[in-house]
Amino acid sequence: MRLEPRESVSFWLVLLAPVGAIGVALVLTSGLIMWTGESVFEAYGHLLKGAFGSRFALTETLTRATPLMLTGLAAAVAFRARFWNIGAEGQLYCGALAATYLGTGLVTLHPTLMIPLLFVGGALAGGVVLLLPVYLKSKLSVDEVVTTLLLNFIILLFVNYLLEGPLRDPMSMGWPQAAAIIDEGVLPRIMEKSRLHLGFIIGVISAVMVWFVMRFTIWGYEIRAVGHNPSAATFAGISINLTVLRVALISGGLAGFAGVTEVAGLKGYLTLDLSPGFGYAGIAVAMLANLHPLGVIASAIFLAGIYVGADSMSRAVNIPNYIADVMVAVSVLAVLVSLMLTQYRVRVR
Amino acid sequence: MTVLDIKGITKSFGSLVANDNISLTLSEGEVLALLGENGAGKTTLMNILFGHYVADQGEIELFGTRLMPGATDAAIDAGVGMVHQHFTLADNLSVLENIVLGTEPLTSWKSNTAQAKIRLAALAEEFGMHIEPDKLVADISVGERQRVEIMKALYRGAKILILDEPTAVLTPQEVDSLFATLRTMVARGLSIIFISHKLHEILAISDRVNVLRRGCMVGEIATKDANRDSLAEMMVGREVSRPKVEHMEAGAPVVEIDNVVVSGGRGHKPLLDGVSLSIHKHEIVGLAGVAGNGQSALGDLLSGLRAPTSGSVRIAGDTVKDYSARSFIATGIGRIPEDRHAKGVVGDMTVWENMISENLREKPLWRFGRIIDFDACREFSRNLIEHFDVRCKTMEMPTKQLSGGNMQKLILARTLQNEPRFILANQPVRGLDEGAIAAVHERLLAAKRAGAGVLLVSEDLDELFALADKIVVIYHGNISEPLSVDEVTAQDIGIMMAGDLGHGKNLNRAGVA
Repeated sequence: MRLEPRESVSFWLVLLAPVGAIGVALVLTSGLIMWTGESVFEAYGHLLKGAFGSRFALTETLTRATPLMLTGLAAAVAFRARFWNIGAEGQLYCGALAATYLGTGLVTLHPTLMIPLLFVGGALAGGVVLLLPVYLKSKLSVDEVVTTLLLNFIILLFVNYLLEGPLRDPMSMGWPQAAAIIDEGVLPRIMEKSRLHLGFIIGVISAVMVWFVMRFTIWGYEIRAVGHNPSAATFAGISINLTVLRVALISGGLAGFAGVTEVAGLKGYLTLDLSPGFGYAGIAVAMLANLHPLGVIASAIFLAGIYVGADSMSRAVNIPNYIADVMVAVSVLAVLVSLMLTQYRVRVR
Repeated sequence: MTVLDIKGITKSFGSLVANDNISLTLSEGEVLALLGENGAGKTTLMNILFGHYVADQGEIELFGTRLMPGATDAAIDAGVGMVHQHFTLADNLSVLENIVLGTEPLTSWKSNTAQAKIRLAALAEEFGMHIEPDKLVADISVGERQRVEIMKALYRGAKILILDEPTAVLTPQEVDSLFATLRTMVARGLSIIFISHKLHEILAISDRVNVLRRGCMVGEIATKDANRDSLAEMMVGREVSRPKVEHMEAGAPVVEIDNVVVSGGRGHKPLLDGVSLSIHKHEIVGLAGVAGNGQSALGDLLSGLRAPTSGSVRIAGDTVKDYSARSFIATGIGRIPEDRHAKGVVGDMTVWENMISENLREKPLWRFGRIIDFDACREFSRNLIEHFDVRCKTMEMPTKQLSGGNMQKLILARTLQNEPRFILANQPVRGLDEGAIAAVHERLLAAKRAGAGVLLVSEDLDELFALADKIVVIYHGNISEPLSVDEVTAQDIGIMMAGDLGHGKNLNRAGVA
């Protein structure tokens, strides 16, 4: 058995490959469902209904997709330039911290200024924490996978300290949580009787803007060139360090956005369980989307659907909701294989 | 006695017929030359022999036994050894370890080094090859590495040795020594297939020549009946006209390198050790030297990729302060990189995207701040593609799908359209076919006529003598005095390439006296 490169790759193949891959992933996961003794169709039926089957389910899924979209974009942008930012989780918390700092009474402005201020602050905070990894990478060739990953723990412990100490809301009855975002800073709901908030729209707009930058601007050109072939990019006069710095700021900023949407849009105040690993799940989102910014929208909704649907499924039938993690993992693997198969064909002899 | 019999091999990839009904035979004790341009199907044929591809039709017999198609070990087990153009040695292992690698059973705990060493010594003795088994491969010269590759094949019991472009990296003297070794091997009953496109070497070493062109075997001729012109014509399919060099009065210096040292890092010898060199208007200076003697450092210096540790570079009289690719491009330096895949193009980006890479920051190619003007870029590329005859299906295709020659034309187009005052042409025709070589050379000569100074870095002395006005030789980071091509011979350059840089001076003095 061997792989041969395809001479031409049709557009439809590229578009349909991930869909096929997800089908394969569902078939593979059904083995585990059968093992629990439940009916596969019933289980998937509950999952689908719980994710998209009602107005409530759909808005819950989109609400969950919001931070995933932003952390997914953060990973997609960075990975395009081969800057392996694994620290979106920490950057998300930095964004949330900034929003908490600015939005709990430090300044009070009209919402049309207050909300942008929170996002700008969150993006700056998320971007600034990447300066250290970028500096270490540029000057000393320290691997950013290690530095960004380890920064997550440092940031989380720092947030933990703040929530136990200086930032703890005196009215919280001793719970480690910060004061609530003032009303002017809370993101408005965009659908009645749902939790879906402005953050979702910000996520979609961010995806479109990232796509535009990558596709149509000189920055995007440079980012793609550096990602595909750094030495040819250098030869053509593109500064790797400057490009990586830009990418890091954009990536960290997007992850910071995710922190803002969760604090100011969904929860209302900062706690240590603000994110159940959205930063890491963003990597899966980006991989599922083959690092395409617009694909991130779809893959974030898909992932959110699985998580939300699996919760609902686990209430209806006797399958733990951890099956969602298995499904996501298998989907990512299947999509990676399918992407390879769009470039190569398998010859068996 | 026929040791290898290839019968009617056909192999196609999609619509491309890489091998079209190819037959050839190899007798015991014979050197058969396989001549053909890049893309003629030589590599495909060898890949079929070694089981990497399965032929659509035809079969191969080795020593009278039919070879199982697609079995990658079959040819090696039957006694065929291949020495690749790009060596397949592990730098961090010793010579002996490299040779033994892969021959020992997986089940034994330790390698039987002592016995291997004795066998190796016996083989070296038999074929008159000097090798030092305990040295690290990283520490030995290119010529020695090639001997290790040959030894590797012999150690595995090869009776047929296939050498793919073996002389590309050797000095003329090393080529002589390789040929002596090959003759010894043939005298001892081994058979050799010598793949090359260098005609004079084929004439010197082979007994018989098979010529491949566009996947077809177009001719077979006994070497004693062949000459350079007839072989060239068979290979290319038409008469080959080499571009005419006209001698011109050199003008003002465009690039002056003054006593430049480039450090090789702590504990290493400097890569450039006090190099001074001027290149003038209307002048092509050829830089000869065995690979790895500082050409890359010099290339990086003149591409703006590396600043000198000490010394200076002047471009058109002004001392360079900013060693960056961008400022070099802006001051009129055209660069053709040594490795077009690694440095010249971003293979995954489209043809037009690569075409604009050096002009990206110019106003007409973008609008509204930093948004790329796709129409202007495509127009820009379309002109260059047409003017420089870059053959591509569409300019939207990924650049990695271009052939080597067209990729090089793309780089030339991108470089020359800025009308540089100086062109660094680093191995500009490596791996190209005759047609593309002529095109590239013609462009360089035209640039010279238009007033550019050119530094032509090449390992091919024929190319240097054909194009350059002066030749300098680089050895261990030092550069010889420039020598006029009319005053030196390839043999002189070979002596200098091997380390005697002063040899040229003596020649000049003799000329003066």
